[in-house]
Amino acid sequence: MTAPVKHDDKHVAWRGRAESVEAERTSAELDDAAAIKRLRSRSRSLLGWMMRPHRRAIAFLVGILVVQNFASMAAPILVMVAIDSGIPAVRDDGDYSILVGIGVAFAVSAVLEYVSLRLYIVQSAKVGNAMLYALRNRVFWKFQRLSVSFHERFTSGRVTARQSSDMESIREMTENGMDDLVMAGLNIITITVVMLVIDPLLAAVTLLTFPLMVMLAKWFSRVSAIAYRRARETVAVLIVYFVESMGGIRAVQAYRREERDKEIFAKLNTDNRHAQAKGHHQNAFMSGGMKGIGHLATVVVLLFGGWQVMQGNTGVGVLAAFLLYMKRFFDPLNELVQFYNVLQSATAALEKLSGVVDEEIEVAEPDEPRSIECPRGEVRFDEVEFYYREDQRVLPGLSLHIPGGQTVALVGATGAGKTTVAKLVSRFYDPRGGTISLDGVDLRDLAEADLRDNVVMITQENFLFNGTIAENIELGKPGATREEIVEAAEVVGAHEFIEALPDGYDTHVRKRGGRLSAGQRQLVVFARAFLADPRVLILDEATSSLDIPSERLVQRALRTILADRTAIIIAHRLSTVEIADRVLVLEAGRITEDGPPEALIASGGDYAELHRQWEDSLV
Amino acid sequence: MKQYLVPYRIRLGAQWTMVLLNVVAGLSIPPMVGAAIDGPITNGDLVGLWRYAGVVAALGALDALLSLTRRYFQTTTAMAIEADIRDVVYGHLQRLHTGFHDRWQTGQLLSRVTTDLGMIRRFFAGGMVFLIMSTFMITLILAQLLWIEWRLALVVAASAVPLFLLGRGFFKNFLPAARAEQDQSGEVSSVAEESALGIRAVKALGRGPLMAARFGKEAAHLRDLGIRKSYIASRSWSAFDAIASASLGTTLILGSIMVANGGLSLGQLSAFIMLQLGMLWPIEAAGWVLAHGNEAMTAADRIYEVLDTEPAIRDRPGARARDRSAIRGALAFEGVEFAYDDDDRKTLRGVDLAVKPGETLAIAGKTGSGKTTLVSLPSRLNDPTGGRITLDGTDIRDIRLDSLRRAVTTAFEEATLFSMSVRENLALGRPDADEHDLLEALRVAQAEFVHDLPYGLDTRIGEQGLSLSGGQRQRLALARAVVVRPAVLVLDDPLSALDVHTEELVERALEQVLQDTTALIVVHRPSTVALADRVALLHEGRIAAVGRHSELMESSPDYVEVLSAESEEVAA
Repeated sequence: MTAPVKHDDKHVAWRGRAESVEAERTSAELDDAAAIKRLRSRSRSLLGWMMRPHRRAIAFLVGILVVQNFASMAAPILVMVAIDSGIPAVRDDGDYSILVGIGVAFAVSAVLEYVSLRLYIVQSAKVGNAMLYALRNRVFWKFQRLSVSFHERFTSGRVTARQSSDMESIREMTENGMDDLVMAGLNIITITVVMLVIDPLLAAVTLLTFPLMVMLAKWFSRVSAIAYRRARETVAVLIVYFVESMGGIRAVQAYRREERDKEIFAKLNTDNRHAQAKGHHQNAFMSGGMKGIGHLATVVVLLFGGWQVMQGNTGVGVLAAFLLYMKRFFDPLNELVQFYNVLQSATAALEKLSGVVDEEIEVAEPDEPRSIECPRGEVRFDEVEFYYREDQRVLPGLSLHIPGGQTVALVGATGAGKTTVAKLVSRFYDPRGGTISLDGVDLRDLAEADLRDNVVMITQENFLFNGTIAENIELGKPGATREEIVEAAEVVGAHEFIEALPDGYDTHVRKRGGRLSAGQRQLVVFARAFLADPRVLILDEATSSLDIPSERLVQRALRTILADRTAIIIAHRLSTVEIADRVLVLEAGRITEDGPPEALIASGGDYAELHRQWEDSLV
Repeated sequence: MKQYLVPYRIRLGAQWTMVLLNVVAGLSIPPMVGAAIDGPITNGDLVGLWRYAGVVAALGALDALLSLTRRYFQTTTAMAIEADIRDVVYGHLQRLHTGFHDRWQTGQLLSRVTTDLGMIRRFFAGGMVFLIMSTFMITLILAQLLWIEWRLALVVAASAVPLFLLGRGFFKNFLPAARAEQDQSGEVSSVAEESALGIRAVKALGRGPLMAARFGKEAAHLRDLGIRKSYIASRSWSAFDAIASASLGTTLILGSIMVANGGLSLGQLSAFIMLQLGMLWPIEAAGWVLAHGNEAMTAADRIYEVLDTEPAIRDRPGARARDRSAIRGALAFEGVEFAYDDDDRKTLRGVDLAVKPGETLAIAGKTGSGKTTLVSLPSRLNDPTGGRITLDGTDIRDIRLDSLRRAVTTAFEEATLFSMSVRENLALGRPDADEHDLLEALRVAQAEFVHDLPYGLDTRIGEQGLSLSGGQRQRLALARAVVVRPAVLVLDDPLSALDVHTEELVERALEQVLQDTTALIVVHRPSTVALADRVALLHEGRIAAVGRHSELMESSPDYVEVLSAESEEVAA
């Protein structure tokens, strides 16, 4: 055993030690320089993926911004024309035509500005929202396909963090900033050209500040990437804690955990605040630095240009114009610094999301899926090896043949591997060695949809989704009619209690089915599975929460339902086992007894002993 | 909202002063440059030029420094306010009754403490500062305009009227749009969270594509709401721009005429126009700032929706704390009724039941008879809608909630484990429990498998204890309840996921614990009944019979039906 967590570090100890250090990350997110470089390029390619379908729309948006930029330049020109020609014309000739023309031009430019801005706002919102929509869906679908083992270490809170906080960070980038970026870019280009035309020497002096700016930007880029990457992690930990303590609020309150929770949450909140603030503080330095560089350039040009004027090398007017343009050169840069901050934060979020998108799926869909023409429900294990942790082999090499239509019960002590067998058949995991096949097709070659149509597992988890009872049952067969739903509920004996609820089948189950008791939830889940009508039904302790009358009803239903299908039943209540055609006793991942229940009882082995104990417990 | 700003009033005041100084420093540089050109450069005075350059450099340094420090403190303060509110909301949510949590999706709550608070923070760090800056600038510029030519200045000021009207209309339309978007963003988070938490249920049925379609629908709705919001924004923002331009055009034309008529000098007109150009961008950006302000407002509304919900279960006035050691553990239900708030039929319809100190009472009953509701009452996770429950003769609502829950511990059938160390999970109800207490509880619950975990008690177990089996989770939950050593222990079918052998071991160990503890145990199986001194049969919301197991097996056919496995099925 390894050293225990240091308890003087009270604030960290509560989390305990994860089995692997990568528990909270996708495998793409490692710390070494090469991995970070890969991550950056992945996040860039994800950004590219987001933008690619909108290339034309983005080009159009840039076009609008160019128009706007020129429209905004019209005002100074019109002012100049008014002063130079309009006023003399009125004063000298009483001719108002130029002024009228200017008025018309202003009206036109106002209308143009109105139209282009309106178009820009709506179009950019469309592009931004469409990109986010695509990303959300892609990430969601990826999470859905990732294996159960991934989810077990990643936790739902972290999934939520990726879908909420990270997306929010990207949304901020798409909402504000693109116009700043383009406008600043245009400004810098046009003004650089103008400056070069007016006075190349002074322009060169101004451009000397460029390396300084680049250095500053590089510094910020480097340090803020670290800061924002860290901030993404602190916020995820905060969200995980929030989501779990809200989901488990009953336990929190029943055990008076509120104060300790508040204490831990406050700590996480503070950690997150410091992490978030760090990037923003670095940005404050960059922003101040950029302003300083701009002012420095002004001072240098003023001195150098002034000296040039005194030497007679350049005119006062030129210097004055040059200094004005410099201001218009540096001002948009300051806007850009703010956008750069948002961009860095969004990039960190994109890194996290690209980690998800690129995460390898352990239980992957086959490239060329095979399907089963007419499923019989024959399950075969061939030398199947399995372990969760390499040093603890759960199945050392299991071979097992279940003919179609047979009902098999798995019994054995805790840790014998019963649930593992169930999870392997429903392909929550893939075997580490050997093969499992359904009707002769390796599960790994079977199309996901085919597998799920044919194999359904019910566990004691009894997960209900937000919605009504009917909607929850309908999940077994999307599009089922109300009659089918009611029938399924009647078969498992859930109809009676459902009818007694205020809105019957349309009663909302509330969060996680909080409206129902564990037994009631289990019945709803049973109805759901029966509606699914699979060839192979796996029951993993699926009746443990039922009371005896309900269990009796379920068993009666099972006898009919299982008549023509394959079933694998795991139950410590042997009442459920007794409907099996065949019982397998599992010990340390090996089958030690195999036969019809009556025969095993008669033979006087382990099963006979279990059966005796169970009968004793009934009295 | 104000109360959260009060602790930071000095900082906020200092910050906003810095903002104003920053504006002044920024505005004072161009005149100095102008003066340098007009003076030393024109006169060929190199020493004078150095002097001016020095002043510009000093002002520039000041401007940069002010910009740096004000941004630094702006974010520090805004983030501190954000974190403060987040702590308050979290604390409040922790106190809200389970009925509230049953109705509110976690994603909705989450979006309030993350996205919404983020919007408020951004407004304080960005929009609000901008508002102060631009108001200040506009005032400064308007004052100068009035000084130059008051009639033209009034024309400029008149453009405030359409701007105001537009702004008002914008408020009316944008607020509900922003609100709808925020609500929908909570829905999206909820679906994301739910489908991750229920991943095995989804996978077991192969409903991934269905879930993705559902999520896609919500996400599409969010997208559409975002676009709708932009339509509303586009109408006023672009009008702001157009009005500013039109106003500039009007003063240019009128000013030119005045110059032509000799009412205004050319220099004055160009100064006027230059100044007015400086007013353009604050007005143009007003739309953006208003939008941020609106979003911050609706975000605050959403947060207050939660903060304004009073916990339904709280101490009555005059409730007293009870010392754990002084509690004997006599628990009595007197005419207890319970109805869910959306249901006019009662789940419990007058339960009368008395549990003596130290007694173990089992509760049996058919699915839907109200067992789970009943066991949620003694620790006040729900309050009865009629009748009362007493502990040692005192109505439990007159006992301070924290001391009541210290005395009465409830373990549910569903074992909720958190992503924390085993130790932390076990000591949930008694943080001061020492190693010995924990080990003893693990022994009682037959949960010694913990020692085989990679880091023993310090191993982080997954969310909901996902990497553990149902039986292991249930045993940990039981151990957790045992650690508390309460006066009254309420267990909802605590051994349902255990196999017969383990169950027997647990029962034997539990018996010692239950000797001096009052216990109320929901049972589904005769084997668990063995723990109890007496059994009560709950039937249609009332106690139909109370007695020893053997007595009831003889006297109550309903009881036999509920608890006897000797049915035709098993016998077959």
